[in-house]
Amino acid sequence: MNVLGLFVPGRSVLHRLPAGAKLLGLLALVTVLVVLDDHRAGLVATPAAALACLAAYPASGLGLRRPLRLLLPLLPFLAVIALFQTLTGDPRAAFRVCLLLVAAVLAAGLVTFTTRVSAMLDLFERLARPLAPLGVRPDRVALVLALTVRSVPMVAAAWQESRDACAARGLPAWPHLTVVPVIVGMIRTAEAMGEAMTARGVD
Amino acid sequence: MIELRDVSHAYGDRPVLRGISLDLTEHRIGIIGANGSGKSSLARTLNGLVVPDSGTVRVDGRDTRRDPRAARRRVGFVFSDASTQILMPTVAEDVALGLRRAGLTADETRTRVDAVLDRHGLLDHRDHPAHLLSGGQKQMLALASVLVTKPDVLVCDEPTTLLDMHNARVIERTLRSLPQRLVLLTHQLDMLQGFDRVLVMDGGRVVFDGAPDEATAHYTALMDARAASMEPSNQGERA
Repeated sequence: MNVLGLFVPGRSVLHRLPAGAKLLGLLALVTVLVVLDDHRAGLVATPAAALACLAAYPASGLGLRRPLRLLLPLLPFLAVIALFQTLTGDPRAAFRVCLLLVAAVLAAGLVTFTTRVSAMLDLFERLARPLAPLGVRPDRVALVLALTVRSVPMVAAAWQESRDACAARGLPAWPHLTVVPVIVGMIRTAEAMGEAMTARGVD
Repeated sequence: MIELRDVSHAYGDRPVLRGISLDLTEHRIGIIGANGSGKSSLARTLNGLVVPDSGTVRVDGRDTRRDPRAARRRVGFVFSDASTQILMPTVAEDVALGLRRAGLTADETRTRVDAVLDRHGLLDHRDHPAHLLSGGQKQMLALASVLVTKPDVLVCDEPTTLLDMHNARVIERTLRSLPQRLVLLTHQLDMLQGFDRVLVMDGGRVVFDGAPDEATAHYTALMDARAASMEPSNQGERA
């Protein structure tokens, strides 16, 4: 898995659901879990939601490695939150908040893994249409979002190149040595991408 | 037809095109020249990416200054670095991007995208992240993304520069097989075999315009003379 190779082709129910329905479902799930005031209800509903989200991965043909990889970077934060909540005398809250985060990340992952970027763009374009009278161009909103997503691996590659260049010259990858080449490289890339957009008629 | 009349252009105080007049009607046209000779700037005027400071460029009678979008619809452009031309996360989505304003249904778009991906050996990668493709596949994707819009003319600015020999050959064969008119900028002179016309550029001017063999001979002689003038012994003589 990588940052942008997120969509996994498939024909599951989740794959066939419209992007808007999935985003609404995600919003509803997270909202309900957050506002559940009753501790006892929360202690049942939150782990149930997390388990249901986890179970949805293999059911959608996504396997179990993807959700585990998603959760791995979250572990240090969960540990800090759990420690803090336990020390402040509320271990049940620690349990609930951590599982809430797990459920939210897993649910968000489900949406991302089963939705094409183009479907998301179409949705954002539709959502931005009411703003058109205010001068907002919906197609541009969608394009900016797409380019933002596309730029992530480019920045990562530029960063790695800069670090490699330092290493090749026997220098440690200190931020003051790596940041400037990355910024200059990204500005040049942005200019080239702008030119490519114009050439492809999507300006 | 693409007509250039007395086209001049400068970046700041550095002139890059000087009074160029051409009628580009042939099916396969090559443009060669040293770095900084103005060939990329000339290519960019052909689809309105660069609007010249003076003079006119017309694509099928339409002035690129007045209607650059019409020029771009007719003239597709492929850059040497495919990575910057790929704008969407996955292969199919990138090809489909150029069709967003074509008024096609989702099924029509998919059919057209799959057809062009299939033709260029990328159908198996349709849902793959575009940035994870090999250099050759990225250049093929950049080409497919332009060809899906069905331009009449294709301008390729050194499309094989960043590729190994195998991938360069694949791109070359693909370009030769296209029905579109082709304007190819390249440093690989063997790619120009069989072309109808080759322009040699130097100092912002077209200094030779003719058949491939004569053009490459002219260019080689020009570069040999320039290299000789840069040799330390000659520089010493000048000093």
